Amino acid sequence: MAIAASPGVQVTKPVAAPPAPRTQSSFGRLTRRPETGALAGTVLVFVIFTVLGGSNFISIGGVASWLNVAAELAIIALPVGLLMIAGELDLSVGSVLAASSMTMAIVSGTYGAPMIVGIVAALAVGAAAGFINGLIVSRTNVPSFVVTLGMNFGLAGITLGLSRLITGTTNVPLDPGPFFKGLFGSLIGGQFEVAIFWALGVALLIVWLLQMTPFGNWVFAIGGDKESARATGIPVTRVKISLFMMSALGASLVGIIQTCLYNGAQTSTGQSFVFNSIIAAVIGGVLLTGGYGSVPGIILGTLTFAIVSQGIYTTSLSSDWASFILGALLLAAVLMNNTFRKLALSSGVRAPKIKKA
Amino acid sequence: MAEPLLKLTNVGKSYAGTDALADITLQVEPGKVLCLLGDNGAGKSTLIKILSGFHTPTTGTVEIDGQPVVFHSPRDASANGIATVHQYGGTFPLMTVGRSFFVGVEPTKGWGPFKRFDKATANEISVRELKGLGITRINDGNRLVGGMSGGERQSLAIARAVYFGAKLLILDEPTAALGVKEASHVLRIIMQARRKGIAVVFVTHNVLHAMTVGDNFAVLIHGRLADSFAKGERTREEITDLMAGGEAMAELEAEIAQYEQDA
Repeated sequence: MAIAASPGVQVTKPVAAPPAPRTQSSFGRLTRRPETGALAGTVLVFVIFTVLGGSNFISIGGVASWLNVAAELAIIALPVGLLMIAGELDLSVGSVLAASSMTMAIVSGTYGAPMIVGIVAALAVGAAAGFINGLIVSRTNVPSFVVTLGMNFGLAGITLGLSRLITGTTNVPLDPGPFFKGLFGSLIGGQFEVAIFWALGVALLIVWLLQMTPFGNWVFAIGGDKESARATGIPVTRVKISLFMMSALGASLVGIIQTCLYNGAQTSTGQSFVFNSIIAAVIGGVLLTGGYGSVPGIILGTLTFAIVSQGIYTTSLSSDWASFILGALLLAAVLMNNTFRKLALSSGVRAPKIKKA
Repeated sequence: MAEPLLKLTNVGKSYAGTDALADITLQVEPGKVLCLLGDNGAGKSTLIKILSGFHTPTTGTVEIDGQPVVFHSPRDASANGIATVHQYGGTFPLMTVGRSFFVGVEPTKGWGPFKRFDKATANEISVRELKGLGITRINDGNRLVGGMSGGERQSLAIARAVYFGAKLLILDEPTAALGVKEASHVLRIIMQARRKGIAVVFVTHNVLHAMTVGDNFAVLIHGRLADSFAKGERTREEITDLMAGGEAMAELEAEIAQYEQDA
């Protein structure tokens, strides 16, 4: 094996004899990508429900039912997954969704302001909540689990209290008008939510950020080792605050979508997204401790989640079993991801040496 | 004698009234290796943290190229050409070699909103720099750092520091977790950095490793400079004795002698 040394640089003896150059098979390469396990999971549940649900599951209505759920979930799970790659959790997305939704309905419905004002107000609520989450986590070093859990409860209380105070009810109607209904809350072909396109847009944005920009590199580095990342001069605080703002803005966007779709807002919506987004990200191969994950993986995770939670209705099984399947799947995903990650670390040359940091 | 690159004068650091470090005076010249020896808790870590900008000293002055400096953050230290490599390499196991090499200083291509991380360049440079340090097994920048051995990871971190123009390289126990072969490779890399005119502070408690590459030596005990000397001025036994605090070793030897008598 010829080794081209750059001129002027002395080449010392290699540590060990270099192994014969081996071309990795495309299959070998595939098993080393973070989303491989997620793909296997998605294919598995798709096949199972196609067999069990038959034409109900793969009919247009059947596909729409799980694609719609996946789309709304993906808009939140993608930025939450990005945050998880950076080593943090966001448990406040549920209340942020409800708060944004109520803000929009109250501003544009109760007070009759133009729709765009309501939308900007809803996004501002999300941005503010995310900023506060990020600031507290960065400044105090309190685990984000606790900070965002507190935010989820606190914001739920504020939303409920203010809604009752202002409107006297917890359920505020809003007529979005044809333009905004079309933009956020319409059903294409009477079946497919327009949110699917929003989800695709969010996916493109996040994949660009994570894979193609220096910012994405910083996200991986911060999740990998925060202190080393700080030592290299990365603005850790700024990156974290922007990530918390992104996950909150994702929740706000779903809040806006749901408000337009259902012509109104409720204070109690959104809480299911708190754990569903984390489940989707983990099934999608994101490492709970940070530093590892991918956008295609998270998308596959949301699809798997949606297929199981909606596909169950197309079968003769009672829907009671959906949670059980998801729970088992989550556990299986974590175990499988560990295996695939070990393969990724082994580089196909020799057994991995993983240091527990 | 060359002008010292780094000079510490009476540097001390106290936490809540307790002196972790006191009266440290030492210097490193370009192209020389200063070995910082000491038992656990002797103050080596505190000294490194001062040099790499994590702590500011309570007393004394730090000079770089004759200019007094105060580092308020790791960024200040790296702006002054100081790079610190920690025991586990300070690298990111789940990142690719190319990405890890360029964390914080990512090369980009394209323009304006289309500016993007230049993965090809990052991979190419990182693999080339590793080769320059004798790591030939890693021929693909897409490999994950976690798949590298401890010595390779140390080499990656050192290659990174050298590539980004470090004038002073601080190596914190780089050989402590390594096997014999890998440790000797890392020692070779230290000599390579030295030949390039980089000043090296090599922190270790392995006297043999220190004596192999060191030009100057400083021994810390309980936060104070117990001894400092140049190559060849002390024997290995003298240094080991000093590090272990002499008496402790003598006591141990006496105890062993007692056991042997009893047996």
